[in-house]
Amino acid sequence: MTLGLLPMETDGGGEYHPPSTDDFLWYSVWPGVLPDWVNKPLIQAIIGALIVIVLWWLASRNLKVKPSKAQFAGEYIYEFVRNGIARDIIHHDFKKYLPYLLGLFSFLLVNNWFGEMFFFMYPTFSNVGYAYGLAILSWLLYVGAGFRKWGFGGFLKKSLVPDGVPFYLLPLVVPLEFLATFITRPITLALRLFANLFAGHLVVLVFVVGGGYLVSQSGNLFYQVSGVVSLAFSIIILCLELFIGALQAYIFTVLTAQYVSSSIAEAH
Amino acid sequence: MFPFTGALLEVDLGPLMPHYLSEIIAGILLMGVIFLVMWKIVVPAFEKMYEERTNKIEGGMQRAAAAEAKAEAALAEYNDQLNAAREEAARIREDAKNQSAALLAEARDKASKESQRILETGRTQLEAERSQLVHDLRAEVGGMATTLAGKIVGESLDDDARANRTVDRFLAELEAAGQTR
Repeated sequence: MTLGLLPMETDGGGEYHPPSTDDFLWYSVWPGVLPDWVNKPLIQAIIGALIVIVLWWLASRNLKVKPSKAQFAGEYIYEFVRNGIARDIIHHDFKKYLPYLLGLFSFLLVNNWFGEMFFFMYPTFSNVGYAYGLAILSWLLYVGAGFRKWGFGGFLKKSLVPDGVPFYLLPLVVPLEFLATFITRPITLALRLFANLFAGHLVVLVFVVGGGYLVSQSGNLFYQVSGVVSLAFSIIILCLELFIGALQAYIFTVLTAQYVSSSIAEAH
Repeated sequence: MFPFTGALLEVDLGPLMPHYLSEIIAGILLMGVIFLVMWKIVVPAFEKMYEERTNKIEGGMQRAAAAEAKAEAALAEYNDQLNAAREEAARIREDAKNQSAALLAEARDKASKESQRILETGRTQLEAERSQLVHDLRAEVGGMATTLAGKIVGESLDDDARANRTVDRFLAELEAAGQTR
């Protein structure tokens, strides 16, 4: 098992390899036995899903009308998604979409915070495939919600032909609307999530790997002091990443709710 | 085993190309499992609890409203009773006043009649006594006067007719003198 804490590319040999996109490429956790795709991000994603399921399952058992302290905390998060995201954006009918939004937010949050958690130290969604997967699901959800409510032609007309556009502009507007609704929405959803975590983790790597190299390998007092500062600074960046991880989980969930809302809203 | 290279696209997507196709599938599957758990277990449990809580709060409010209505009814009844009692008291007082006035008038009437009667009786008795007295006095005074006159005059006044005339004359003079006084 090579669930490394940090990919310290500088294996004491002296030559410095700056952190790069290669640091996000993982191979089998058990080489020779399991295939390469059973890698650290996959294990993390599975653990993350298990954490989400187990915590929510524990939280939803024995719910009392008068909450205990633990239940109060669970309710706080539940209501944050239920009232703060689902109900405020989708309004009535929000309960139909609440399970997905709640699961989405929890799954994203846990996996994003893996980037700052000991043992993991890697945000799962800095591998773009997972972000694509969730974006595809969200796309299916809001497009499906639209088709289900308005019918195939009805939803196409509603989403592609905005009210009050003169007919001679339609050849221009319809393709643009199609692109915006069906193509760019899921892509931006996935890339926004991926890029934030990817870049954040890369910055952390730069400070940690670079700082570590300066401290241990440079043999120069000034560089060593700089390395210590760099390592200290990486802690601040990690704190920032905690915030960004929560923010991106929130944004992904809010936008999904927003797209669902625009699909099923009466007036466009 | 199978790096998911940009076979479909000529462009090199760099990090935007998933390393393994399994990432997308794993993402979808895991999220699907989470969704199922949320859909079947977590959200129903929370919603049920919220509903119970709402019911309980609403039930409490209804109970409070019922108690309030009951208290108001009791208050209204009490006020009614109080008003009735007040009216009753006022009526009784009025009756008593009327009754006492009647009694007083009656008593006064009775008393005045009684006093009238007593006065009348007294007056009658007095009158009778007075006439008696006058009569007696007249006789006595006449006798005394005659005796006195006889003594003074020294003459016999046995002649009744003359004597009577003399006495009458004397008395008349006496009365006249009394009236002028």
